Amino acid sequence: MDYEKMDSLQIDVLREIGNIGSGNAATSLSEFLSCPVNIGVPSVQILDYDQVVEALGGPETMMVGLLLQLEDDIKGMIMFLLHKEFAHMALSALMGDMYNSFDEMDEISASAMQEVGNIMAASYVNAIAEMTGLSINISVPSICMDMAGAIVSVPAVYYADISDKIIFIGDDFVRDDDHHAANFNSHILMIPESDSLEKIMTSLGIEI
Amino acid sequence: MSKTVTVGISDLNVVKAPDTLVTYALGSCVGICMYDPVTKVAGLSHIMLPSSSLTGSDPKQTMRFANTAIPMLLKKMESAGAQRPRIKAKIAGGAQMFAATGNSAISNIGQRNVAAVKQALAALRIPIIADDTGKNYGRTLYLTAEDGVMRIKSVNRGEWTY
Repeated sequence: MDYEKMDSLQIDVLREIGNIGSGNAATSLSEFLSCPVNIGVPSVQILDYDQVVEALGGPETMMVGLLLQLEDDIKGMIMFLLHKEFAHMALSALMGDMYNSFDEMDEISASAMQEVGNIMAASYVNAIAEMTGLSINISVPSICMDMAGAIVSVPAVYYADISDKIIFIGDDFVRDDDHHAANFNSHILMIPESDSLEKIMTSLGIEI
Repeated sequence: MSKTVTVGISDLNVVKAPDTLVTYALGSCVGICMYDPVTKVAGLSHIMLPSSSLTGSDPKQTMRFANTAIPMLLKKMESAGAQRPRIKAKIAGGAQMFAATGNSAISNIGQRNVAAVKQALAALRIPIIADDTGKNYGRTLYLTAEDGVMRIKSVNRGEWTY
């Protein structure tokens, strides 16, 4: 199945996966951070590598990337990207006084971030699994803090032979803590292999 | 007035002094700088993958692979007046951005890119005089045509030159 030739119905399916996944993510984040987290309407787009990098704020934007592999019925990758501020907020909520800054990523903050990545990725993967009845496993997240361009090039290179297109979901979370609200955005890249994308569509009764 | 020309991913370009070439955020990709100090012709290629057995003429595809992009860059430099025996190369990138993904095709792509670049340059008898490849961080790379200096910028480790 070709990402570039998706019709509007197929894109609506992806959008719905994005909506449900983002809703799940807000619920999980709220439990994880023990404070109310609200979410705006997520944006779901099919973009190529350059557009993804621009949407993240340019190639040299410092970001934290978490990469997970999809296994079982659906094969591919899912990548969770967040700005330093989001990482900072999550880590200070989780670790309290133990946490100083995110400039040096020590072992404890790295594993806390991996847990955040795991929760976020599972939110989207569960959305697909619930809708389609397919079984999907995710691998342990691998973490990297670097330039957005260098992080996103990893799935771009891996799938270069298959497609230049990436499913890009942008989320705006609002952490509603006592009297001050804070906005945080994160981005999810979903790259199911093309026959897996086909499986998702056919399980939902969409013709391809 | 000198200008800075950006080279995207799977892209290449050639400039003359006093201009500068830049390619942003190399991860596992490799940036290949080639320079003729006499004519001050500078070329930069940003490859994504090691090699292609494809013989198609789509330029976007040609610029994506080490084994096809490097000969194309050389040709372009020669058309701009560079002489092959004087051209030397400096290379950077080929990092492993994510450790232990459990997928060896992802973890060693940088290494395979570097090996393919070295092979392609050796086949053209272009010597490599600076090599800043591997490790685990992203690099932005500048090549100034005035002096052939390659400058590398990282987010966590500062800047340095070759």
